[in-house]
Amino acid sequence: MTNLMWLPKVDGWRDTLKAFAKSPDPTWAQAVSLANACLDFSQTNALDEIARRRWGETVPDGITGKPVRIAVLGSSTLAHLQPSIRVGGLRRGLHVAVYENDYGQYRQELEDEGSALYAFRPTVVLFALDAVTLTSGLRIGQSQADARGPLDATLEEVRHCWRLARRAFGGMVIQQACLPVFPSLLGNNEHRLTGSRAWAVTYLNDRLRAIADEEGVEILAVDAHVAEHGLGAWHSEALWHRSKQEVALTAAPLYGDLVARLVAAKQGRSFKCLALDLDNTLWGGVIGDDGLEGITLGQGSALGEAYVAFQAYARDLSRRGVILAVCSKNDEKNAREPFERHPDMILRSQDISCFVANWTDKATNLRHIAKELNIGIDSIVFVDDNPFERNLVRQELPMVAVPEVSDDPTFFPRILAAAGYFEGLAVTEDDLARTTQYAGNQQRESFRSQATDMASYLAGLEMRLISRDFDRIGLQRIVQLINKTNQFNLTTRRYTDAQVQGVMEDGNAVGLQLRLTDRFGDNGIIGIVIGRLEETDFIIDTWLMSCRVLGRQVEVTTLNVIAERARALGARRLVGEYIATAKNGMVREHYQNLGFTVVHSDELGSRSELDIEGFSLRPTAITMVSE
Amino acid sequence: MQDEAIYTALAPIFEDVFMRDDIVLTPELSAKDVAGWDSFKQIEIIIAVESQFGFKFHTRELDTLRNVGDLVRVVREKNSAKG
Repeated sequence: MTNLMWLPKVDGWRDTLKAFAKSPDPTWAQAVSLANACLDFSQTNALDEIARRRWGETVPDGITGKPVRIAVLGSSTLAHLQPSIRVGGLRRGLHVAVYENDYGQYRQELEDEGSALYAFRPTVVLFALDAVTLTSGLRIGQSQADARGPLDATLEEVRHCWRLARRAFGGMVIQQACLPVFPSLLGNNEHRLTGSRAWAVTYLNDRLRAIADEEGVEILAVDAHVAEHGLGAWHSEALWHRSKQEVALTAAPLYGDLVARLVAAKQGRSFKCLALDLDNTLWGGVIGDDGLEGITLGQGSALGEAYVAFQAYARDLSRRGVILAVCSKNDEKNAREPFERHPDMILRSQDISCFVANWTDKATNLRHIAKELNIGIDSIVFVDDNPFERNLVRQELPMVAVPEVSDDPTFFPRILAAAGYFEGLAVTEDDLARTTQYAGNQQRESFRSQATDMASYLAGLEMRLISRDFDRIGLQRIVQLINKTNQFNLTTRRYTDAQVQGVMEDGNAVGLQLRLTDRFGDNGIIGIVIGRLEETDFIIDTWLMSCRVLGRQVEVTTLNVIAERARALGARRLVGEYIATAKNGMVREHYQNLGFTVVHSDELGSRSELDIEGFSLRPTAITMVSE
Repeated sequence: MQDEAIYTALAPIFEDVFMRDDIVLTPELSAKDVAGWDSFKQIEIIIAVESQFGFKFHTRELDTLRNVGDLVRVVREKNSAKG
């Protein structure tokens, strides 16, 4: 099914929408809430219509995500996808405006600076090229070389369009994979028939992925979804013949959600943490009642196998960088016992970065988990088999994602995958190491409780802050941090790969990547600073840090690093800017705390200065290393 | 299924598709009479009707739909064919 099955079906949704439409003062939050239901295309279109009547192209005040302007380019009919793309954004709190080229004119518009496409100023360009166009020029029975010719030419043309879009607008480029709409001619061994369009789609999608990686373009993997749901769910020949709609209207809500999750991932708004209930979620039965021998887990029953499979899925998510937490109503001792002693448990204590088992309500506990892990509460996905707990959390914490799982664990992995909560655009070394880092955090915490005071605790950590100018090796992680860090981020300025490379090439700019190591391990790159010399002022354009290293004097040590670099460039003064956002309140006083003088301050932010002519390095427990 | 029952069943579909509750369905009502009834809304109506009544239109039937009366006729015929 192509429906949004991970979202709850909401009773009386139509009536709520109608009340929303008639309300004199409808709020954005209400619209977001309406979008977070299992909507079909008709409901999606209706919600879009109402939201557009209310806000249109105007971005409502106070929304956290950056407004998105998506140009959808192609040579078939795409207008029916627009409402779903906007609602997909709305579901994530993003205001999305959509532009579609004049029918068949996208190529001309890309070349013409006076076109409506340029006037639209897209931040995202989505190429949604239909299979018929992409495979034009093939003839059955032509030679292998003749068949590759037009396809390779098409691929180069596509690459050229990406570059045009990138050069003109500088934003994100998304390429929809080719939809495998063609019936086979030869059968199972279709690949032996040269000039076959069915074969050509396989070839194109393979090559599109390879060149997308070369060009930094994201793929919208509709082909993978066709493999999952069947072509019939995605494409209707009748509608293609009637109106040249390649993606069926019934699949539009999912299509829109797939686009929106890519865009949200680019903004750093993917979820980061999977919080798991225990009883009847990770194993069958109730550990406190049934005991270690009584719970259903492992070989011997289909249900026991299903819990094992779900745990394995969660473990693999954690290996790619998703943080795991436990949120359970249990006595902690009982709750931990399977993790320590059950032979069939896949998840072990060290896989869980934050373990909360008590009798407090789950909303409070999820808040606690967010605080403990230093992540936003809106980056938590909570899985619980119990509908009561799910609804409680949805009501108390609407920003937490609560997938609509059944009580059958067999389907948990598929539902989590379908929801795309953890959509990622790149896999970095740091992602792969993150779980170890968070587990290291727990060891540090227990070490902290043994240490008698903070100073000796920090001194005993043997910390080293290693600063290194931006380089190609770190590029991916640098761009990722710049684009997803929301809390400890003074200016929240986002940079594309090209802009970061621009900093590397600018002689008056400094881009620093900061890595923290300690006796428990390597925390990876945890801070980014970008500064520019303007006469004798060193302007700190960007200063951001990973929240997991807070309270360890990294801020002061980073100031030492900045001051040294700035002085070496001939600066006499540091200028720090703070731009307020909904998420970065924690650094409002950052520069004051470091001894800067505030020269201007209002509700939008502040500007502070620090004389560094007579600056002496502040003593900290961290050794500075420059590479 | 009587035509009257079909009209009654179609009314909420039109209400939902156009997000209006003041559309009165008559046999002569067609796209030119309702603001926003374009080719996309037409497809939305068709798919909503298919899902409500549990059948698929024949491609030929899609080409014969000029007004609500045509839609009701096709629904009636397909329903009686289903038995």
